[in-house]
Amino acid sequence: MKFPIYLDNHATTPLDPRVLDAMLPYFQDQFGNAASRNHAFGWAAEEAVETGRKQIASLIGANSKEIIITSGATEANNLAIKGVAEMYAERGNHIITAATEHKATLDTCKHLEKRGCRVTFLPVMQDGLIDLDMLREAITGKTILVSIMYANNEIGVIQPVAEIGKLCKERGVLFHCDAVQAVGKIPVNVITDNIDLMSISGHKVYGPKGVGALYVRRRNPRVQLTAQIDGGGHERGMRSGTLNVPGIVGLGKACEIAQKEMAEESVRMAALRDRLKDKFMAALDETFINGSLTHRLPNNLNISFAYVEGESLLMGINDVAVSSGSACTSATLEPSYVLKALGAGDDLAHSSIRFGIGRFNTEEEIDYTAEKVISVVRKLRELSPLYEMVKEGIDLTKVQWTAH
Amino acid sequence: MAYSDKVLDHYNNPRNVGSLDKADPAVGTGIVGAPECGDVMKLQIKVNDSTGVIDEAKFKTFGCGSAIASSSLATEWLKGKTVDEALAIKNTDIVNELSLPPVKIHCSVLAEDAIKAAINDYKAKASTSKTAGVEA
Repeated sequence: MKFPIYLDNHATTPLDPRVLDAMLPYFQDQFGNAASRNHAFGWAAEEAVETGRKQIASLIGANSKEIIITSGATEANNLAIKGVAEMYAERGNHIITAATEHKATLDTCKHLEKRGCRVTFLPVMQDGLIDLDMLREAITGKTILVSIMYANNEIGVIQPVAEIGKLCKERGVLFHCDAVQAVGKIPVNVITDNIDLMSISGHKVYGPKGVGALYVRRRNPRVQLTAQIDGGGHERGMRSGTLNVPGIVGLGKACEIAQKEMAEESVRMAALRDRLKDKFMAALDETFINGSLTHRLPNNLNISFAYVEGESLLMGINDVAVSSGSACTSATLEPSYVLKALGAGDDLAHSSIRFGIGRFNTEEEIDYTAEKVISVVRKLRELSPLYEMVKEGIDLTKVQWTAH
Repeated sequence: MAYSDKVLDHYNNPRNVGSLDKADPAVGTGIVGAPECGDVMKLQIKVNDSTGVIDEAKFKTFGCGSAIASSSLATEWLKGKTVDEALAIKNTDIVNELSLPPVKIHCSVLAEDAIKAAINDYKAKASTSKTAGVEA
C-alpha cells in the first residue's frame, strides 16, 4: 500500500495515465493554435479540439456544437448564471437556486443580487434533497433561471434533476445544472433530464485541472448567453480566449474513458463505499450518515462521528487524505454550510468527515482507513467530555453552554 | 496547516486525561465552550486543603488538536501550583509554549477560561462548605 491514501476524490481526482498519454503530444509536437485556419499546425489542433468536444458531448447526450470550453466549472457556472441573467434581463430578473449549492453558484447569485436580480435560495430537506413543491411555488412570471446541482460535492446527494428539468420546461424557465460531481460517475443525459445549461470540470473526472465545459442547448430552446470574457469570439462568441488544446484533449479522453467504464466502475465504487460505511456502523455507536443514502453518488460517504471534532480526527489519520466539515478546517472558521442546511445542528457538522472514493482506490486501502478511523475515534471519545456526559445520561441539549 | 511538534506531542500523548469526582469538595470543575462552536473543555483540579497546592489536574476536551494540546498543557502546568499561582497562567503563555498560529489562539483562551472556571468552582465550594461548617 502506498501512503498517504487518497480518499478526497470530490476535491480533485488524479489524472488517469491514459489521459496523460493522450495529452502529451499537444504540449510540444502539436502545439498549434486551434484558431489558426491557414496551416497544418492549426488544423491538427482544431481536429484534436473537435474530437475532445465530441467525446464530452457523447458522455452527456449532447451535440458537440453545444459544448463551450471554459477554464473549469467555476467559470462555467459564472458564465451560465451571469450570461443568462444579462441576456434575459428584459424577460425577468428572478433566479432560483438552493442553499447547498457550490460557492461558485451561490456567490455568483449573490453578486447578481447586488446588481438588481432577485434570488431565491431554496432550503433542502433533512436528506439534502430539494422539495419539488417548494420549487414549483417559487417559480414566478419573472423567473428566468433555475440553477440546481446534479450531485452535491460534500454529501454526494443526487437531486431529482429529471423532475426539475421537466418542471422548468413546463414553466418556460431555463435550467442550469452544475453536474461537476455527477458527470462520469452516474449517467447524465441533457435530453432526458431536460437540462439547458450544464457545467463540467476536467479534474473531477480523472482529467486535467484548468479545463471545463459548459453545455449550452442549441435547440428547443436555443439558449443564448451574454459573454463574460470578450475577445476573439471563440466558442460561438460565448467565451473568447485561445483554446487549451492539451486540456481539451485530456477532458475529452477522460469523458471517453468514463463513458466506457462508468457502469462497471460505479458498482465497484459503491461496494467500497458500503464496505467502509458498514465497518464504521458495526464498530462505532453514535455515528450518522449525512444526507440521503438512496439518492447518493456511489463514491461518497459523509459521516459524523458524534462527540469527536473533525480536525482532531484528521490529525489522527494523517496518512489518509480526507476532508471535514468542521469549522477548524475551513478558511472561514464556520462549519460546513451544506451540513448546516440539513438542519442536523452545528455539532454534527463539526464532527463530519467526507470520504470520496476514486477509480484508483483498493479494498486494502478501505480496510486500512476503516481500522485507522475507528481506533482514532475511540481514542478521541476517551478524551471527549461530551461522550462522557452522554454516557452519564446527560442531555447535551439541556446543558447551559458558554458559547464563545 | 502544519502543527508544531509540541502540539503533535500533546495530541499523540495527552497528559492527565480523565475525570475527578465532581462531588468532592477539594475538586474544582470547569467546563467551557459549546458543542456547536466545535470545542468543549472540561478541566478539573484537586486542591490539597492544608497546603493550597493543586495536587491533581485532569482534562477531557472535544476540539481540534490545538484545543486538546492547550488543555493537556494546562493540566501539566497546574500540578504543583497554588491556586493563586494557577490564576496567573495566561493564554499567551500557552500560545508561546505550543507555537499556536493566530487562528488557534481561541484554543488557548478557552484553556485559560477553563482554568479560571475550575478555580472559581473550587473556591465557591470551599466557601459554602466553610459557611456550612460555621452553621453546624
